[in-house]
Order: sequence, then C-alpha cells, then structure tokens
Amino acid sequence: MDAMPKWADVVLIPLISLILAATISALVILAIGESPVEALNLMVKGALGSTYGWGYTLYYATNFIFTGLAVSVAFHSRMFNIGGEGQAMVGGLGVALICLYVPWPHWSLALVGGILAAAIFGAAWAAIPAFLQAKRGSHIVITTIMFNFIAAALLNYLLIGALKPKGSMEPATGKFPEATHLPSFQDMFSFGETALFRGAPANVSFFVAVVACFAVWALIWKTKLGYEIRAFGHSESAAKYAGISPTKIIMISMMISGGLAGMMAINNVQGEAERLVLNAVEGAGFIGIAVALMGRSHPFGVFLAALLFGFLYQGGAELALWTKIPREMIVVIQALVILFTGALDDMVRAPLERVFLALKRRKRKAA
Amino acid sequence: MDLLTVLQVLDSTVRLATPLLLACLAGLFSERAGIFDIGLEGKMLAAAFLSAAVAYTSGSAWVGLGAGIFASLLLSGIHGLASITFRGNQLISGVAINFLAAGMTVVVAQSWFGQGGRTPQLSGAARFEPITLPFAEALREVPVLGPIYYELISGHTALVYIALLFVPLTWWILFRTRFGLRLRAVGENPAAVDTAGISVVWLRYMAVLICGVLCGIAGAYLATALQASFVKDMSAGRGFIALAALIFAKWRPWQALYSCLLFGFLQAFALRPDVIQTVVGFKVNGQLLDVLPYILTVIILAGFVGKAVPPRAGGEPYVKER
Repeated sequence: MDAMPKWADVVLIPLISLILAATISALVILAIGESPVEALNLMVKGALGSTYGWGYTLYYATNFIFTGLAVSVAFHSRMFNIGGEGQAMVGGLGVALICLYVPWPHWSLALVGGILAAAIFGAAWAAIPAFLQAKRGSHIVITTIMFNFIAAALLNYLLIGALKPKGSMEPATGKFPEATHLPSFQDMFSFGETALFRGAPANVSFFVAVVACFAVWALIWKTKLGYEIRAFGHSESAAKYAGISPTKIIMISMMISGGLAGMMAINNVQGEAERLVLNAVEGAGFIGIAVALMGRSHPFGVFLAALLFGFLYQGGAELALWTKIPREMIVVIQALVILFTGALDDMVRAPLERVFLALKRRKRKAA
Repeated sequence: MDLLTVLQVLDSTVRLATPLLLACLAGLFSERAGIFDIGLEGKMLAAAFLSAAVAYTSGSAWVGLGAGIFASLLLSGIHGLASITFRGNQLISGVAINFLAAGMTVVVAQSWFGQGGRTPQLSGAARFEPITLPFAEALREVPVLGPIYYELISGHTALVYIALLFVPLTWWILFRTRFGLRLRAVGENPAAVDTAGISVVWLRYMAVLICGVLCGIAGAYLATALQASFVKDMSAGRGFIALAALIFAKWRPWQALYSCLLFGFLQAFALRPDVIQTVVGFKVNGQLLDVLPYILTVIILAGFVGKAVPPRAGGEPYVKER
C-alpha cells in the first residue's frame, strides 16, 4: 500500500516536478536567446535583493495564499474549484461597496468589514455552482468556469455604469476614503530615517493571510467539520454511510473556498489599489490552482508555494523590465508547474515508487 | 430593418460561429471517448499563433493551416499523455494546456517578431480569402433569394465550408462507422470495449488527436481568415463557449451546429447595438449578450431545460483490472 515514505510524497515529488518545470523553462529561455542563469540572477535580485522587492513578492504571495487555500479546501472534498478568479472579482465588489458606502472610523474596523464583505461575496458567488452540483448534479468545473465569465461581465457592467464616479472616463470606482486605507509594510516597518519597503504594495493583509493558513489547518485537521470534509473527499459512499450529508459538505466546503478566494480582495483592492478597477484579480485565482497542487493542499505547503509564485511574479516583472523575456514567461512556468505537479503526477510518482520498493526489498533481503 | 441588415447580421453569425463549431466538434470527439477537454481554448490559441506566424513567413495560408494543426496536435499529445498514459486528472491537464498556450504564444511571438507578442499583418495569399460561389454575381439581382445566396451563402472563406462539412462527417463517423461505435463505447463503458479485445488506449488517443486537428483548424481560422494576424489571447474564451455549446447540444453533432449558430448569432448581435435597439425596442446591454451563452449553459447543466447527461466514463482514466 505505502510504497513510499511520507516525506517522499510531500517533499520529493513536488521538488522533482518543480525541477522538471524549471528545466523546461530554462530551455525556453535559452531558445529565445537569453541566458537562464542571468535570468535567475536578475529574478533573485529583483524579487529578494531589497526590501522593495520583498514588498512586491510578499504582496503577490498574499494573493496566492488566499487563492491557494481556496483551491485546497475544495480539493479536500474532491471539488475542483476553477472559479477562484470570479470569486475574487466578486469579493472585490464586496470590498468596494463596504469601503465606499460605510463611513469607517478607523482602518482596523474597515479591515474587519472588508474581510467580512469579501468573504461573504466570494462565498455567495461559489454557493450557486455548489448548490447546482449538490442538488442538480451539474459539473462544478464547468459551472465555475461559466461563473468566472459571468463575474467578469458583471464587474464590467457595474464599473462602466453604476459604480463609476460621475465625469470619470475610466472603468473604475472612485478612490476609497482615507479611513479605509490599510497600513503598508512601509508604514509598519520604517523606523525614523530608514524607510523599509518604500513604495511596495505589501500590507497588513499578509498577516491576515498567515492567520488564514492556521485557520484552514485547524479547520481541516482539528474539527469535526474538517474530518467530514476529508472523509467525503476520500469516499463519498463511505461518508454517506457514516451519516455525512453530501449536500452539506459540498455547500460548506465550496463556500469556505469561495470566501477565501474572495478575501484576496482585502489585499489587492483595499490594500493596494484602494479602489476597484477592471481586471483587478489578474489571474491570481488561477495561480491558486498551481499553488494548491504544489503545496499538496496543506496550508503550510500552500504558504511556501505562494511565496515561490510571489517570487516568480515579481522576478518575472523585473525580467520583462531588463531583458527581452516577456512577462508571459511566468504563465509558462505556472502552466508547467500545474502540468507536472497536477496532471503528470504519475509520471514522476511511478518510477519513484519503483525505486523505493526496490530499496525496501533489498533491505528485507539483507535482514 | 431591411433584408440587407438581416443578412449582414446572419452573415457575421456564420463567420463567428465557425470557430465555435470546429472547437465544439473537436470537444465532441474527445468527450465522446471519455476524455474531458477544457483545453480547447489553449489549443485554438496555439494554432492561431503558429498558423499566423508560418503563414506570414511562408506566404501561404494553407501552409499556415498545417502549422496550426501541428501546434494543436502537440498540445493534444500532452493532454493524451497526461490523461491516458499517466492517468492524470484531465481537468488539471486542460487547465495547464490553456496556460501553456497563453504564455508560450506571447513568449515565442515576442522573440520571433518583436512586435509585443503579436504577428505582423497577413495579406494576399497568406490569408484565407472569401470564395465567391458559382453564379453568385449573376443571381445577385434575383429578388430575396439572390441576396441571400450572394451575401449569406456565398463569400465565405474555404474554412467555413470545411467546418460545415465536418458536421455530417462527424455524424457519419460517430454513428455509422465501426470506429465511431467503438469510440462512443469507450466513453460509456471502456471495460466492455477492453473485454472485446479493442485497445482503449488506442481509441482514446485517436479521439484526442482528431480533437487536436479540429482545434487546429479553428485556431488557424481565427488568425488567418476571421482576422489577419495573431494577437495576444485572441481566442477570447471561444474554447469555453464551444464547451458550453457542446453541453447545450448534449454531445450530438447536428445539435452542435445549431447551438454554435445560436451562440454565434448572440456574438454577431452584440456587435450591432443599432440593430438590437430596433428589434427589441430598447437598449440591451452588450455584456448581457456576451454572457448569455454562459448563463444558458448553467441553466441547461442544472437540468431546468432537459437534462444534459455527459458520456458516462467521461473524465475517468481507464485502469485495466489486474
């Protein structure tokens, strides 16, 4: 049954997949006439070489932690939530409404309000596909894809219509009031003369994301609900036999998932842009898929994978600035990570299992 | 509202429905064989890029078409490898393929042409030109039927007619040949096909490759017929609309034609706000028409208007009993 020790499953396989993805990316960079070594150097320097770089890396990572956790929670109940993108968009709508129309006295209260609004809006957007899956059997993947498009159209409609301030030409809401602005890392970590993280968008939401990691861990592994979600994910029929309601688990796990994806909005909408713009999510919902796959659906893994992708994102932006490698290289890397850690998992796993079995046999013979 | 306006809208309906139809039939082959494919979008995009790039370099649209099919087949091969040979998750593989295409097309286009991720404009023989069917000019003056023949039926590119021919062809292959019977069987009950001594793996690979060819034509049509160059993300969700049309058609070829025409009509309609206003009598929001295919699909999937039941073994890798 267990051909491999647990560490191999958790560490070795993702690592090999990552190396495969990195190798192919390096070959692509080589093929377009740039040096992979120099590219990596630039990325490390640009993303990690200064507090400014770190400020961007952690800002992106915050987005990806939320969307990665969202996909992970759904994975535990064997739901594939591709709708993180749409849920994050609608979460942004929630944040925008609550920031624009509620007079907040202080940012800390506005943050709590933002979290609630984002989570409720995101969860609501996930609830419809979840309900249709649970009650009508329509495939969650197809419906969540459709809901991404519907969300995009909805935001488009609102941002060129009702939410646009009078006289403005740009499809965006007005600036949020001062009291809702979240403290950035620069505000928090600059002492006297030395300003750290100057101008970088990382903000207090990062810590909310870290708390969310712990909360998801506790939920999945330390509560009855988490047990039910995992049981349902392992075997629907066994879970049903044990008295677990499939409808309840599908609805709750998808709504938690949607809520987490929506909560991304406190970072990119409330924390960074301080208004709602078109296409604010910028694909972070989809990166959540790569992050969850790499992180093996565990919050700690998700945290590390999100940092990695934050690094890739910021590093990629630097690459586009200084070399001829376009930003879309990141999308290629992202695709390769999804491919190797998700779809071609067996390609890496099967030979590795054989190696471990052979090792085990040899040990038994020696004994 | 005169006849000419109606014909213009219907004419662009046909032009916009063509890529949807090709991609939809592509998905039909794949999903009927039990391989879910949400990577239609990515395959179309890759084909659109390579067809435009090669058509520009070689000066021939047909050579471009071949290159487009090749690009799409390459991605199909990856999908087959992941979902048939390594029994991976077909949905995740599809997602990966979409991103691979979205990223690679721009990266390669930038390094090839250096125009910000697009190809140069195609002209002359590098592009599929409209074909005027016989007697179209002569019959043009015949009342009603003349303009219909001239505007609507004649004057499309070769790929439009090829796409339309694929509808009866697909029907014939799937429902009148032994290969088609087996292909459908492998999507419903692969174990039974295996028991009969027919290779499940071979059949599923064939389905995936046919899907690749059709997506290749769809992509080439986008870049070398509908438009005259490749631009970033030019497939613009058409792969997903095709998927929606496939569900709408309940995985049947003739119905696929009708649903693609319907969705193409919605797209064509959305391009003509003036026509909408005269027909409906009030201003209809363009976004609403754009998302109507998605909303309709959700409603159909939910089973409120007849139930859409996908092939039974869809999405599940086949594992031989040991």
